[in-house]
Amino acid sequence: METLSFVFRKLVEDRVALIGAVIILLLILTAIFAPILSTHPEDVLEFHPSERLQGPSLQHFFGTDRMGSDVYSRILYGARITITIAVIAIGASVLIGVPIGLVAGYYHGWASDALMRVSDIFLAVPQIVLAIAIAQTLGPSIENVILALSATYWPFWARLVYAETRSVQNEVFVEASIALGASPARVMILHILPNIMSSIIVRTTIGMGGTILTAAALGFLGLGAPPPSPEWGRMISESREFLPEAWWYATAPGLAIFLVVMGFNLLGDGLRDILDPRIRRSRRHDD
Amino acid sequence: MKLLVLILNRLFWLVPTILGLIVITFTISHVIPADPVAFVAGDNATAEQIEALRKQLGLDQPVHIQLWRYIVAVVQGDFGVSLYTLRPIADDLAGRLPATLELTIVSVLVSAVIGIPLGVISALERNSILDHVLRIITVSGLAIASFWLAILFQLLFAMELGWTPLQGRVAGWGPDVVTGFFLVVSLLMADAEVFWDVVSHMILPVMTLAFPALATIVRFTRAGVLEAINSNYVMYEEAMGLPRRVIVWKYVLRNALIGTVTQIGLIFGILIAGAVVVEAVFDWPGLGYYAVQSILQSDYNAIMGFTIVSGVIFIVVNLSVDIVHGFIDPRESR
Repeated sequence: METLSFVFRKLVEDRVALIGAVIILLLILTAIFAPILSTHPEDVLEFHPSERLQGPSLQHFFGTDRMGSDVYSRILYGARITITIAVIAIGASVLIGVPIGLVAGYYHGWASDALMRVSDIFLAVPQIVLAIAIAQTLGPSIENVILALSATYWPFWARLVYAETRSVQNEVFVEASIALGASPARVMILHILPNIMSSIIVRTTIGMGGTILTAAALGFLGLGAPPPSPEWGRMISESREFLPEAWWYATAPGLAIFLVVMGFNLLGDGLRDILDPRIRRSRRHDD
Repeated sequence: MKLLVLILNRLFWLVPTILGLIVITFTISHVIPADPVAFVAGDNATAEQIEALRKQLGLDQPVHIQLWRYIVAVVQGDFGVSLYTLRPIADDLAGRLPATLELTIVSVLVSAVIGIPLGVISALERNSILDHVLRIITVSGLAIASFWLAILFQLLFAMELGWTPLQGRVAGWGPDVVTGFFLVVSLLMADAEVFWDVVSHMILPVMTLAFPALATIVRFTRAGVLEAINSNYVMYEEAMGLPRRVIVWKYVLRNALIGTVTQIGLIFGILIAGAVVVEAVFDWPGLGYYAVQSILQSDYNAIMGFTIVSGVIFIVVNLSVDIVHGFIDPRESR
């Protein structure tokens, strides 16, 4: 609890990180209250061909798309898709990567080496390339995008947790709990994990931004949710044939992606400064 | 001697890593789909056609034999034929590789030439207005979706202002394709008109690709310079009365760049990944454009070929970076 309030206090002091946190909070509120906040909630599924490609106005804040649907409302609903994909994909990556990293870091031997080699192979390919290959094989849907992202992102956590576990493993408190007869599982979960939690949190926050970008790129390439889903990447790709006239159609969803990713990156950078004492020291020196 | 061990160790891991990559693409293409043959044959195939195709593709064999054949074929550079054009995928990829390499190499050069000095200045003038502006730019560079940035550039510079061509690599057919590297070819031909045409087509894609790379380079150079500038040898040099210019650009930069050089492997990864969507937007006839076409045509053989080739490029670049790093930083090989 004390740590939490410490982090919170520091976060309020760090204005840049606070902006990031506010953006993320707004994203979550937008996703929850999309039906209330949107001006044309029915436009996610309904078309009004007679009103297609109208410019921004008081009626349609960000104009209308090729089907005559309100772009502003669709973007608000798109926030739900973005959050769903990012949270589940990152959650799965953490659930796969952290135990692998813990076990491989705790035990020494060929099995640990093998696990880390496998994650290195995954890291040896650009994430989006592997995600494209998997999503293409599985077929375009949100579930498959999530699957593809989880399958390509878990090694980041495995690598991180492995390195951190190795570095705290020889600390006195770990030796003491082993000497007191604690089982390996108990040592890993109750003693090592809490000590490396801050690194995991920082990596997860920054990872959210990267995952949202990759998910949007998959949507742009037609590998995400099928139409008429208001997925942001897909909206941008749909807008292309109506440029330069319908500039709002391409601009608005991209701005949404930019803001959200920026929010996670800013918060992640801020959390790293707060939670990582090594960097905190160098930062004080630097400013 | 230690350097040699480092190089040999890295080269030794090259083989299992690439084999692992091939196993991954095999799993994606042969194990994940419930019935790869029906997948390849499409929805309209009859049962007999599917059986015939299964035999022809060797998919009636046990999995381990399929895997062995797949590895043997891929190692020999045989990625199978495109399910759409029936052309060998290896030929398609080889023909498009130069376009992607030219684009990524120019982007790396541009981002390094602009990014390194900006990183140094940002560190020297830290907390100045310039530093804050650069920080905003670097943070944005890593948050912008590259396909969106590409479209915005097209919208502004090609459609609205008409300064650059909208897309493509060259007007007309381009120089006689001998090497596939249009910049080099047109320069060798001393054909100024073609050269400028090629350059003008490159401006927007390079700007799009270089932006996130630039952000990374500025960030790491800044951090490296800040760390180096506070070290004892700089204090000594200052005490010796060396001009600040010499200290910064000769001694500090050299140490600061070690971190930046290591990042080039990462940057190359960003660029290859970015190339997929950026080439799609600019109709740049490279590997990424090919991959996107293959996605649209559900040509899964071609996508696996692309995955392997871009993975191998990425692995080899990172290997070279490790080795170069060993040469620059003597501590590494001690």
